Amino acid sequence: MISVRGLQHRYDGAAVLNLNEWDVAAGERWLVLGPSGCGKTTLLHVIAGLIVPSDGEISVGGKNLETLKNQERDRWRGTHVGIVLQALHLVSHLNVQANLRLAQYLARLPQDDARIAETLAALGVADKAARRPAELSQGERQRVAIGRAVVNRPKLLLADEPTANLDDAAAARAVQLLLSQAEQVNATLVVATHDARVKSHFVKTLQL
Amino acid sequence: MNLATLSASYLRARPLNTALSLGLLALGVATIVLLLLVVGQAEERMHRDARGIDLVVGAKGSPMQLMLSGIYHLDAPTGNIPLTAFHSLQKNRFIKKAIPLALGDSWKGYRIVGAGREYAEHYGAGLQSGKFHEKAMEAVLGAEVAARTGVGVGGKFTGAHGIGGEGAEHEEAYTVVGVLEKTGTVLDRLVITAIESVWEVHHEQAGKEAEREVTVVLVQYASPLAAATLPRQINAQSELQAASPAYETARLFRIVGVGVEALRAFAVVLILAAGLSVFIALYSALEERRYDLAVMRTLGASPPRLFGLLLVEGLVLTLLGALAGLALGHAFASALGAWLEREQHYAITGLEWRAGELWLLAAALGVGALAALLPAWRAYRTDVSRTLAQG
Repeated sequence: MISVRGLQHRYDGAAVLNLNEWDVAAGERWLVLGPSGCGKTTLLHVIAGLIVPSDGEISVGGKNLETLKNQERDRWRGTHVGIVLQALHLVSHLNVQANLRLAQYLARLPQDDARIAETLAALGVADKAARRPAELSQGERQRVAIGRAVVNRPKLLLADEPTANLDDAAAARAVQLLLSQAEQVNATLVVATHDARVKSHFVKTLQL
Repeated sequence: MNLATLSASYLRARPLNTALSLGLLALGVATIVLLLLVVGQAEERMHRDARGIDLVVGAKGSPMQLMLSGIYHLDAPTGNIPLTAFHSLQKNRFIKKAIPLALGDSWKGYRIVGAGREYAEHYGAGLQSGKFHEKAMEAVLGAEVAARTGVGVGGKFTGAHGIGGEGAEHEEAYTVVGVLEKTGTVLDRLVITAIESVWEVHHEQAGKEAEREVTVVLVQYASPLAAATLPRQINAQSELQAASPAYETARLFRIVGVGVEALRAFAVVLILAAGLSVFIALYSALEERRYDLAVMRTLGASPPRLFGLLLVEGLVLTLLGALAGLALGHAFASALGAWLEREQHYAITGLEWRAGELWLLAAALGVGALAALLPAWRAYRTDVSRTLAQG
């Protein structure tokens, strides 16, 4: 699913990511571990095609991202990759349902209310469909963010620090949800975290 | 969900900014629409009223006053000229048609014009009912006069001296013998009577044999050549003056035009201010929206789509503002029309569209697109990775 060779990325001349070799098979669940600033977020952005690395090669789902045109890469990301961001970043003036529909719309997929309802139900927030993000609890907002990432049934689900600012029970639930949602849509899962509590849920880990 | 509804949801999310931009634009557009309607309708009306009249001949005075009183029946006449002067004009080979009018009286604010049926025929007016006047003290009413006063064929009325309606009433009563068809010209607001009636009324009042006079003569040239010689020929006569409606209306619009231009400039400033407010609203919202824009990129939106989103937002805003302005402008024109109608002036209607309004709409959209350009460019340039790394 993911194949990395000699990957390096620099910001303003300073190397922020060094990863010589990494292979992820389809359907695997990976944990990317490391302290803050070690390049976990950068790696996720490279995998998602949000940034083109300074050096090295990366192919995702058999596609060499560098060879794609910018717009093709955006299109590919919308349909193949789901991303749960650390700060969630739900669109505040759209309600929960519209936040999920936004993912369908921007990926140029059919706007499918049944799929949205199904996703929200699987995450236990079906009754919040008409609410604005500000009206939800932190845990509910995270479920919605996961829902927005999986609504398009991506091949690859990426999560950046999904347990930050959560207590132990909530952190465990968040990881369980990611695992079960990845399972449901048949996605490969890559979670980046510095949170040691998450470790026990994963077999494969990459230390940066 | 589409670009327009997504844009609209952002506009709804900041109602005050949106209302300010909409309000400024609507007022600017409404002002220009009002000007377009009023100036356009007034010009058309004045051209219609002056159609086929190349020259107005009357007593010495201001040529514009002569035109305003002789053709449009708006101002007081400059005075009278002897009937003999009309007879000599009639014989002039440069003149194809000469219509004498005797003015001076009014009824309920509508002017009584002593004129033959050729005056009505000049405007192509037929009879709605009754017949044309044949002898003195018979009168034919313009369509609007009949409709407003409710007086029809067989009705009687007495004219008042002077054109304002406040003068002393004459004793003789006019008998209405006919009502003219609606022509959309000044004729609709006139009472036409035989020229002899005016002489009779004033002869009685003066109490002595008055010399026969007319007030103005409307002249149509026999050939274009007449324009070169006839006005000079007439103006050389000590008691006569010739005014060219084409020249005098152009002069009038030049004078009024200063005010119109000032108002138009004010409206343009309003529209530009609206553009600036759209720009400020979009640009200042970018800061709080940068995460949204970055998230949209992670969800598969390409930079051109973010550019489009901001551009559409500016366009939706200006389109709504411009449409509101068009509606408001027409409402203003209708209100003005209703007020003018009560004052018995030229009617202005708001129920009319002009080609200029499409240009106005296009110009407003252009302003909106221009205002959205820089914010859209910033959105296009959003650095997703850095933005997300910050928060």
